[in-house]
Amino acid sequence: MTQVSTELVNLTIDGVAVSVPPGTLVIRAAEQIGVQIPRFCDHPLLAPAGACRQCLVEVALPGPDGSMRQMQGPPGRMKPQASCTLVVSEGMEVRTQLTSPDIDKAQQGVMEQLLINHPLDCPVCDKGGECPLQNQAMSNGRGESRFSAQGGVKRTYPKPINISAQVLLDRERCILCARCTRFSQEIAGDPFIALIERGALQQVGIYEREPFESYFAGNTVQICPVGALTSADYRFRSRPFDLVSSPSVAEHDACGAAIRVDHRRGKVMRRLAGHDADVNEEWITDKDRYAFAYARQADRLTHPQVRDADTGELRPASWPEAFAVAARGLAGAGGSAVLTGGRLTAEDAYAYAKFARVALGTHDIDFRARPHSAEEADFLASEVVLTSHEDGGVTYADLERASVVVLAGLEPEDEAGTLFLRLRKAVKQHGTRVVSVAPYTSRGLAKLDGRLVRTAPGAEAEALRELAHDGEVALDGGGLLLVGERLAATPGALTAAAELSRTTGARLAWVPRRAGDRGAVEAGCLPTLLPGGRPAADAAARVDLATAWGVEQLPTGPGRDGDAIVAALAAGELGGLVVGGVDPDDTADPAAFREALGRARFVVQLELRATDVTPYADVVLPVAPVTDKAGTFVTWDGRTRAFEQVFANPGSLPDLRVLAGIAEELGAPLGFRTVEEVRREMAAVGPWDGERPALAGTAPAPTAGASEPAPGAMRLATWKQLVDLGSMQDGESAYRAAGRRAVARLSATDHERILGPVADGVVARVEVTGDRGSVVLPAEVADLPDGVVWLPARSVGRGVLADVASPGSTVTVKGAGE
Amino acid sequence: MSDPIETLTPVLTANWGDERSWTLEAYEAQGGYRALTKALGMAPDDIISAVKDSQLRGRGGAGFPTGMKWGFIPQDNPKPKYLVVNADESEPGTCKDIPLMMASPHTLVEGVIISAYAIRANHAFIYVRGEVLHVIRRLQRAVQEAYLAGHLGKDVHGSGYDLDLVVHAGAGAYICGEETALLDSLEGRRGQPRLRPPFPAVAGLYASPTVINNVESIASVPSIVANGPEWFSSMGTERSKGFGIFSLSGHVERPGQYEAPLGITLRRLIELAGGMRNGNALKFWTPGGSSTPLLTDEHLDVPLDFEGVGGAGSMLGTRALQIFDETVCVVRATLRWLEFYKHESCGKCTPCREGTWWLVQVLARLEKGQGTEADLDQLLDQCDNILGRSFCALADGAVSPVQSSIQYFRDEYVAHLTQGGCPFDPAASTLFAPAGARA
Repeated sequence: MTQVSTELVNLTIDGVAVSVPPGTLVIRAAEQIGVQIPRFCDHPLLAPAGACRQCLVEVALPGPDGSMRQMQGPPGRMKPQASCTLVVSEGMEVRTQLTSPDIDKAQQGVMEQLLINHPLDCPVCDKGGECPLQNQAMSNGRGESRFSAQGGVKRTYPKPINISAQVLLDRERCILCARCTRFSQEIAGDPFIALIERGALQQVGIYEREPFESYFAGNTVQICPVGALTSADYRFRSRPFDLVSSPSVAEHDACGAAIRVDHRRGKVMRRLAGHDADVNEEWITDKDRYAFAYARQADRLTHPQVRDADTGELRPASWPEAFAVAARGLAGAGGSAVLTGGRLTAEDAYAYAKFARVALGTHDIDFRARPHSAEEADFLASEVVLTSHEDGGVTYADLERASVVVLAGLEPEDEAGTLFLRLRKAVKQHGTRVVSVAPYTSRGLAKLDGRLVRTAPGAEAEALRELAHDGEVALDGGGLLLVGERLAATPGALTAAAELSRTTGARLAWVPRRAGDRGAVEAGCLPTLLPGGRPAADAAARVDLATAWGVEQLPTGPGRDGDAIVAALAAGELGGLVVGGVDPDDTADPAAFREALGRARFVVQLELRATDVTPYADVVLPVAPVTDKAGTFVTWDGRTRAFEQVFANPGSLPDLRVLAGIAEELGAPLGFRTVEEVRREMAAVGPWDGERPALAGTAPAPTAGASEPAPGAMRLATWKQLVDLGSMQDGESAYRAAGRRAVARLSATDHERILGPVADGVVARVEVTGDRGSVVLPAEVADLPDGVVWLPARSVGRGVLADVASPGSTVTVKGAGE
Repeated sequence: MSDPIETLTPVLTANWGDERSWTLEAYEAQGGYRALTKALGMAPDDIISAVKDSQLRGRGGAGFPTGMKWGFIPQDNPKPKYLVVNADESEPGTCKDIPLMMASPHTLVEGVIISAYAIRANHAFIYVRGEVLHVIRRLQRAVQEAYLAGHLGKDVHGSGYDLDLVVHAGAGAYICGEETALLDSLEGRRGQPRLRPPFPAVAGLYASPTVINNVESIASVPSIVANGPEWFSSMGTERSKGFGIFSLSGHVERPGQYEAPLGITLRRLIELAGGMRNGNALKFWTPGGSSTPLLTDEHLDVPLDFEGVGGAGSMLGTRALQIFDETVCVVRATLRWLEFYKHESCGKCTPCREGTWWLVQVLARLEKGQGTEADLDQLLDQCDNILGRSFCALADGAVSPVQSSIQYFRDEYVAHLTQGGCPFDPAASTLFAPAGARA
């Protein structure tokens, strides 16, 4: 930290001396000495509003002659000050409700006013029991309502109204504190809600043509100090005092946002943002908040199954039988590989990594259930593994200190929402500049006031190399370079990013999409990396690990990556497959993946719910969702985010326990059966302290523009939107309905060429056809390069990879009517 | 006693009776825009000094010294400076700026040019109440004429000074007369008061240094430049210098605008206005619009300057003298005012939004004779919980008529309760009531 130490300001609050940094608000200073001034509109992460007037305090300031002068108005009458907008000053004397009867009366007066038009329907309100208005009306208000006693007439509205598919508004409960509108404007950058009308009829409103479609809308429900904003998925579901709260970590992205899981009788009722100043502050994405019903869908696997030799159907089996059948099958398959998705906890990933090496005797393991490359594996081994926020790695806080942040192959609003919010804070509060190597100015980039380095898919490497000489970007040691997983699809791009970091001094961080990606790198779920960042090709590293594991030796030959495993299965070079958490439609070539599954002699699936892999599986082993097990996610900034289990569910086993069972049947025990034991072993094995491999470097492919594309042919750009059809978002319709609609984006020139000029009120549709099929979507103009079409990767059908083509490949686009 | 007419000091109103007084031709014929020529020959700081020396205090109600306000503009700030004229005259009873802009818009335009030159602003705005379309048209035409005559635009009078003046129509919200709400509205947002600091002098319109003055303040500037600060400060009282327009409305024989030195009394003004309607007795009056506490016939000889009215427990405000005679029910008048404030509360802060909502309901019941005397004390307690607690001064203005009417006419409130309704005939207080009508 390079914070300049400053003189503290000394004041007294209720006679207690307190010293705080200059610029501190009185309400915050009071918190320092444990005095809680009641408040509604105040929120520590929002700009002060001074709207609710609940936090009034009495203030006296030293005059020029040193005597104290009470702040007054009209003259002769103490004028209470809003402590949420008042900045401390030297010698200030503050009296709160605790020592000033006048202030106590003033606060009670405001509270009485707040309740005039409030329905006091606490018994049927979701907020009842955890409501700041209810609580503070008890602590700082009157017991009786003079307004109601006189038969006063409250303002009423029809209840509730939808301000989005997910968020509902009960206007008569609203106390107009403007927290929600300020959050949407200041933090999320989605000012789709605003206060409209005036006086007591003032209300939160939306523009009829722009619903409240924000990825972060759920935060407004959480910070609403009354029950005015509720979410469709939780409204009337439970009472706060019936809920048990467990701290946890969000499992949807690599950001590691702290969350609070509120559950009742073994069922998760809702999730809230947890507080972690170093990571997510107090905000989470709607995906982190609302996407949790996937674990209780009807297709959830509840018991082991094995394929009956006679009928060819899966039939229920006991755990011991399933372990034995799996072990026997793998042993006889003639070479097996392991594919894990990116959703594992670090402990489970470690178990897979050890299982592959010790039980299957292979380095054929890959966690990357997406387009990937050998260059990426090299990049991860040389630039990413073992870096962490603790030893000079990029952190969230670094975003706020950076002069410029370059994004490449990364759309943070869609792929890392928590990172996006922190980056936006950096831009708005600290003047950080954002530059994005991307095909078009996304809404997220616009909200970051970012500069687009317009880049067609495939040209990222060149664009990154040119950035080194871009005086306007002025990337130097004060800058950061954040690269996303999509860069792996462009040969040479990750090499160029590493070079750019080295030549400019800008620090580099890899921001994957999935929560388990980074942990899988650390745990060794790659053919080239063993646990603790040990290079698989390094004999010393293998010996080191074999010693730690107490095995004679580790396999020596090179391992296959995901693509090679698929190819080897298809070719019959491999016979067995252990697959966990992989959706075939996420893989680089879904058809090839399915074919490989079909060709495999023996498939063991570890999975939460039945998937497209299940019909091919010979043994299906149910595993625990994150709520049923302890675990650790490693964030993009190398932070280990451990969490404990929410539910003790004896029938729900973590992957590592299942793998241990198979390994024991294989006669190669892993040496652990519990998360606790894995954690101990991981700590004992520790990180590799030897040499890390240098990045060999990959030359970029010949420039795409070299060969003239066929008429009408365009290059495909794509990434996943935050809210899409991913299976971990199943089961929550209001959440999905509030997501962004799927559109195909084209440049204005291409739109005109293919569909004619853009006309108001007419939504033209395009058919995009690749070598795997076609999709039809409404067309939208964006500042894409000519000859590039953008599609959301997983928002329609089975997704772009299965239904259209590989990212970056050539597709044809034609009109498809209105 | 001297002829009361000699106590008048027509300056701003001097040309109102001229033929087509609103035209540039008529304005220039009586010496208009000569002060501008003189001002452009002066250093801007000298104009600020002259206005300071004149001791002109803001005519919008608060009475803040105009020259001092101009002096707060940080001239080393690299951002553009703006002059904004508050012409959002919406207070019940207040009717001085609108007649001025109607009769002599060029007085204001000339004042704007001189004032903007003094604070080194190249853009000025007149924010006019949206309901007065006829006045907006007059102003727009006057601005057009001034551009055509070279008083506005590039290189004003060949001085090298550039000024653009925009007439902006409000959309019908009383709150936009509050200066920071006015700025929000002018920027295209909903008009709601802003948090201060920063003050407009540092970060006002478009976060740039901004002076916001009332129409009458700015319109007074040409005469100060033309005749000198001593001339101006020779009028008025010790701490309230100069002249002002006193707007008499209600139950006087000749309602209208009377321009006189500050410190004149209501007794004198009623004489000028031909006495009370039908010879009725004065019951109560507002010295400066509905947001200033009521005064009664005890206060006929209070000097109408900032200190005098303040000493009587009210405020000089906008010198909007609403005169109510004995036929008027004070409870009813107060209820009408409160309905106005409830309607106009912007909704931002609790005491104003909810407090006015409640006050209206209590007053409505009292007017109908429902409730008990304890309700009067509760009403005062409600006012106590609003006054000084709100975000801006709107709510302070709203409680003024309640508190002052109970202070002076508590018996009348009680009479409503004991009689089970209003003891007055509402028709008797109307302006079309026949002479001799009695409550």
